[in-house]
Amino acid sequence: MRITIIGYGMAGARLADNLHGSGAAITVIGAEKHPAYNRILLSNVVAGSMTPDDVLLHSPDWAQDNGIDLRLGVAAAEILVAEHRVLLTDGSTVDYDALVLATGSSPWVPPTDGLQVDGALAPGVVAFRDLDDCQQIVGMAKDFGPVAVLGGGLLGLEAARGLAGRGCPVTVVHPVGHLMERQLDSAGGHVLARVLGTKGIDFRLGRFATKYLPDKGLQLDDGSIVPAGTVVVSAGARPSTALAEAAGLAVDRGVIIDDCLRTSAPDVYAIGDCATHPGTVGGLVQPAWEQAAVLAKRLAGEDARYTGTQVVTRLKTRDVDLASMGEVHVETQDLDAEVVRLEDPSRGRYTKIVLRDDRVTGAIVLGAPDVAAAVTQLHDRGTPAPADRMALLLGRAMPAGEAVDPATLPASTLICRCNTVDKGRLVGAWHAGARSFDSLVSTTMAGTGCGGCRDSVCALSRWLAEQDPLTEPEKLGCNAT
Amino acid sequence: MPVDARVEVDTHCPYCALQCGMVVRDERAETTVAPREFPTSRGGLCQKGWTAASLLRAPDRLTTPLLRESRDAPLRPVGWAEALDYVALRLHELRDRLGPDAVGVFGGGGLTNEKAYLLGKFARVALGTSKIDYNGRFCMSSAAAAGIKAFGVDRGLPFPVSDLADADAILLVGANVAETMPPFMRHVRPAADRGGLIVVDPRRTATAEAAAVHLQPAPGTDLALALGMLHAAVADGLLDHRYIAERTTGFDEVWRIAAAWWPERVERITGVPAADQRAAVALLAKARNAYVLTARGTEQHATGVATVSAWINLCLALGLCGRPGSGFGCLTGQGNGQGGREHGQKADQLPGYRKIDDPAARAHVAGVWGVSADELPGPGPSAYELLDSLGTADGPKALLVFGSNIVVSAPRAGHIAERLESLELLVTSDFVLSETAAVADVVFPVTQWAEEDGTMTNLEGRILLRGKAVTPPIGVRTDLDVLHGLATRLGQPAHRFPTDAEMVFDELGRASAGGPADYAGISYDRLRDGEALHWPVPAADHPGTPRLFLDGFAHPGGLARFQAVDHTGPAEPTDTEFPLHATTGRVLQHYQSGAQTRRVPALMEASPEAFVEVHPDTARRFGVHDGQWAAVESRRGAVQARVRCVTTIRPDTVFLPFHFPGAQRANLLTNPALDPTSRMPEFKVCAVRLGAA
Repeated sequence: MRITIIGYGMAGARLADNLHGSGAAITVIGAEKHPAYNRILLSNVVAGSMTPDDVLLHSPDWAQDNGIDLRLGVAAAEILVAEHRVLLTDGSTVDYDALVLATGSSPWVPPTDGLQVDGALAPGVVAFRDLDDCQQIVGMAKDFGPVAVLGGGLLGLEAARGLAGRGCPVTVVHPVGHLMERQLDSAGGHVLARVLGTKGIDFRLGRFATKYLPDKGLQLDDGSIVPAGTVVVSAGARPSTALAEAAGLAVDRGVIIDDCLRTSAPDVYAIGDCATHPGTVGGLVQPAWEQAAVLAKRLAGEDARYTGTQVVTRLKTRDVDLASMGEVHVETQDLDAEVVRLEDPSRGRYTKIVLRDDRVTGAIVLGAPDVAAAVTQLHDRGTPAPADRMALLLGRAMPAGEAVDPATLPASTLICRCNTVDKGRLVGAWHAGARSFDSLVSTTMAGTGCGGCRDSVCALSRWLAEQDPLTEPEKLGCNAT
Repeated sequence: MPVDARVEVDTHCPYCALQCGMVVRDERAETTVAPREFPTSRGGLCQKGWTAASLLRAPDRLTTPLLRESRDAPLRPVGWAEALDYVALRLHELRDRLGPDAVGVFGGGGLTNEKAYLLGKFARVALGTSKIDYNGRFCMSSAAAAGIKAFGVDRGLPFPVSDLADADAILLVGANVAETMPPFMRHVRPAADRGGLIVVDPRRTATAEAAAVHLQPAPGTDLALALGMLHAAVADGLLDHRYIAERTTGFDEVWRIAAAWWPERVERITGVPAADQRAAVALLAKARNAYVLTARGTEQHATGVATVSAWINLCLALGLCGRPGSGFGCLTGQGNGQGGREHGQKADQLPGYRKIDDPAARAHVAGVWGVSADELPGPGPSAYELLDSLGTADGPKALLVFGSNIVVSAPRAGHIAERLESLELLVTSDFVLSETAAVADVVFPVTQWAEEDGTMTNLEGRILLRGKAVTPPIGVRTDLDVLHGLATRLGQPAHRFPTDAEMVFDELGRASAGGPADYAGISYDRLRDGEALHWPVPAADHPGTPRLFLDGFAHPGGLARFQAVDHTGPAEPTDTEFPLHATTGRVLQHYQSGAQTRRVPALMEASPEAFVEVHPDTARRFGVHDGQWAAVESRRGAVQARVRCVTTIRPDTVFLPFHFPGAQRANLLTNPALDPTSRMPEFKVCAVRLGAA
């Protein structure tokens, strides 16, 4: 079986890996010159914590080692559906038994005056999409000049955080009134802006850039000017569907696929950002990888289905922990859902959990990493949420129990785990004559295992001594710990 | 009583691999124990140790061999000669009828080095069978295999345990030392006091309570966690690039895999917050000295070797292994779990940690044994495969069991009990009628612990002498006597199977000479003099090797090898029918199958029965109540256990201790999916459901 994959990005590379050992003859067509790389990690390259080499998904020898026909730096020009043939930009052709479109998406550039010149980005303007873009951004950031980021979505904020971390003054221009409006409600978006504000990022929210002024910056719709030597465009992406449309495939926003990852053309499949499936959203790697896994099984003859992905969005920066999932725009006054919420903007915390029938159906968790992890698991698995909603909301911030007072401990409280000695036995031993720390230890063995309870035994013996007229304080010997 | 009427012997505790220092006092009225200063235990003893003397006077102690000609008949007391004659005759007959592989042998990690060695020799020489393995396969095998892959040699701790006190950070993975080897906490506490203790465990155990960072992954997801932490180390600039370049190979392949496991993705698989993954790895990387230590929680999986390899990868990436003050180690469990895996009771092994398929090793050992190398059988099946094949067309028809209680401790225990029933002959050597002895055809009553001489190799590879401290009951003999008695009846010359432990040890030394675990330079005299000897000790004037790898790793070229491993998850995921993970483990009061500790009244009073830890939300969901008996059921069987509602466990997981017999055997549940390399069964995670009993 000859399988051709158009696109050597996150989806295409993953599918090729998943097909390993299937015996199929695999051709991969990649328009960029690099081996496939991990797009998720590009913000690390911008931040300077990883090199371009670090984010490569495959070594340069990968194709050779795995017997894969990899065509780098060449793109597919046309699909001849009836002939089961692909024409490439270098004039060559590839015949297939199964064709997989994994062409991804391309950045959307807003129609701001001056951003594009003759169909290309103007000097000083760079999109944030591929590895070359990142290297360009890093090059521009070397002089620590001011940067404007167009777009306050997930990628824009990761880029902004990376650049601010490098020491560049950064301003994010976002046309909506709060950040990440798809994943955050207004209150959450504002807490996030406040947190990022402390990391050296300025925001212009609810403002459009009307004009790009080279070397000066961006003019906004209120007439103000955001100074910037560099403009990073991260205003969203559009599925790359030109090839599919030209071949007559059904395309909505992306190439329409069913649960078997089939397009409208026979033996043509699509996965990842170029595809549209009712069960998921674009722009994230998880659906692409799950689709690749299902398709690899189907191409190997197994009956697997892709029914959708429960998406969790995580902002991947080291010092801001944000998770968003499911329905986040339900308000507390909604009578059909249960909504619990905690706002602590001064400390950068915002947690909102939406539940229906005891299950988490949506959540925003900012600044509470342990809560994010717990809520995500509940959301992913559909298990009932803990009855104690406050504990869920607070996580580790839940107040701990009161300090232990030897006087009020129940007699059955285990003091020494290693030797199964409870308070009652220590008290009994004391009254039977063991009226010092050492003799409490030697009669009960408490403190002779790991030694961790010796402070507790000490505290208990002091308490016993205080109320026992037979005590000889100089013999208590409690400094022995 | 005058002081001179007392007999006091310095020895070590009969239980775990920490081998705490102990004094046994044998007085006319009673035998008692007390702790003594020793580097591993620093004067500590847990309740098991303190009560160990009562084992010596267990009321149901066996003092005469037991035998039955048919399974329907009860075991009846017989004389030693009759029992040995009977077993030898049956073994003879089986071998004549079906060949040498018709007889299997099963050993244990609690046996002394001398017994483990002689048992392997007995199987290969007297029986000629390849079918020998031991319960260490269920214990240390994954860590051992991973250690050999990475470092070229496996010694649990390649440094003295006392080195840990100088660490700023310690990562304990799947290790609940506060309950399994309590005095070990004395070595961990300095790091804990410095805020550097990190514990990975699906439960907030007593050990996790002492930690600055507790990572609580879903069972069976440790490998993903290790990959996430490695990813964080790269992303946060914490790699030791120079160390990786100079002392290791294979990092690039490992990174290609870890690059796909960013902490937020790992969080969704494991439930461990991404921020905690980063915090944990930063603690390790920024510490002056740091250690990563694994134990059964992360090792007893069908992906156990890969999982341990992933932790070693992290440790290598941070530059911790093979330099003073830092390192990687695994915490050996059974008393002689280290020595027991070195001297030939393992299916693929000859003494000195040699491979049985290595012609040079065969020639050397055959030379010491005075046999031809061609006569030695090749590698046999691993423990579970051996037990699973018992009584089948190709499997052994007889099994000899030494130092193991497999009816309780084997995975999928109900099935293994059936396999034992299908045998023509089951022989055990035991000091009480354990659950396995109870179903045997012949039981040899043997000495234990303080009643005999022998050496143990503790968790740090130090060889310890456990001298005889008390006189055994009349009628009881040693395992060495049993092997001698059987071997001579099977036609072996008497001198080939000595009954004197010191003689056996000297022979073991010669057999191990030149192997990785080289004991050639160790003698009882050196041990009696109190020398601290960590193997290898190749010559009588060699001081031993407390720290391995300081000058290089044991692979040719001296480099450590990263292992390219990826996460796959538990062999049996949860589903709607079996919606919870079950994990198994230990309680402080019991050891292994409980055959010893369930006979100690003080321990039974503190921990009398099986329980199942359940999160209160989970208990509500499945309609069980604290204190009530519940049924925990997997595809392989059902267990009765009393419900303990605790908030310290993940809501998707239940925990059961595996020390209890009969219907309370946690191993009725466990999944015998095996690791492809170590053949370790997946004890630590399977899918179950929960309901009222």
